[in-house]
Amino acid sequence: MTIMDLVEKEQMKSEVPDFKAGDTVKVHAKVQEGEKQRIQVFEGVVICKKKGANRTSFTVRKISYGLGVERIFFFHSPMIDKVDIVTRGRVRRSRLYYLRKLKGKKARIREKR
Amino acid sequence: MKTGIIGRKLGMTQIYSEDGKALDVTVVEAGPCPIIQKKTKQHDGYDAIQLGFMLKKEKKVSSPLKGHFLKTNKNCYSYLREIRLDDTGEYEVGQEITVEAFNVGNLVNVTGTSKGRGFAGVIKRWGFHGGPKTHGSRFHRAPGSIGASAYPAKTFKGTKLPGHMGVQRVTVKNIQIASVRLDKNLLLLNGAIPGKNGGLVVIRKIQ
Repeated sequence: MTIMDLVEKEQMKSEVPDFKAGDTVKVHAKVQEGEKQRIQVFEGVVICKKKGANRTSFTVRKISYGLGVERIFFFHSPMIDKVDIVTRGRVRRSRLYYLRKLKGKKARIREKR
Repeated sequence: MKTGIIGRKLGMTQIYSEDGKALDVTVVEAGPCPIIQKKTKQHDGYDAIQLGFMLKKEKKVSSPLKGHFLKTNKNCYSYLREIRLDDTGEYEVGQEITVEAFNVGNLVNVTGTSKGRGFAGVIKRWGFHGGPKTHGSRFHRAPGSIGASAYPAKTFKGTKLPGHMGVQRVTVKNIQIASVRLDKNLLLLNGAIPGKNGGLVVIRKIQ
């Protein structure tokens, strides 16, 4: 293993949630407000997961008051408390960027049985 | 204390700071660098320490250089670089400089050799805007006019033209140290530094 790998693996979490693009998740993110730290839940569909050791990130998309909102999280970031999986979606590609152009009934994702 | 060290750029990655922020860092394998020679104002005209980096087999070193190394050290090294100092009093010949001399938060200047771009045109080399690609435009990436006619009847020196780009000594100033790993002789620098992965860099502490 090269030194670069060691540096990258150092901060990786050992227990990680297993979700894929298409799944609906609840991300419990820590938010710093002045002195206090609290947990904010962001619920939505995972539309992509980009891999790369400790740089792994995923994008969660939700519709908030009629407006599409996307948030990118670092998979191994200490600012993520936990990720709950709400439903497993059945999708045929790994990047669901097409959801951005769809709304209403068309933007639904079939659930995995 | 002003100091410096020689290192090898390993590559860039990302780490998380204590407050949870993601930092883009360059990993540099630095030192240990023994002091091969001390240069003094009286003798050489300036104060500096000469450092060696990366062991080299004795039989692969030329005789004159071998003499220079073995006069003060047990081993021979691949690279020699000097660190200019105001005062070399604190250092002794033979002493090793390691990453221990650096602390998290220190500011450093990093000197390296930039990546080679070969013979580059004016758009890449000087940031010219170039012409339209379409609509019948016959002017794409050429430099355009490089001077007037009868007067001055020459192209001025220093005009920005195509040519060799990169492979130059480049210094990036005020880089913060994000982390120091003593066991593996690593320095993690916040941000990018010149050169390709595996390239030699000199790190000078400025505080």
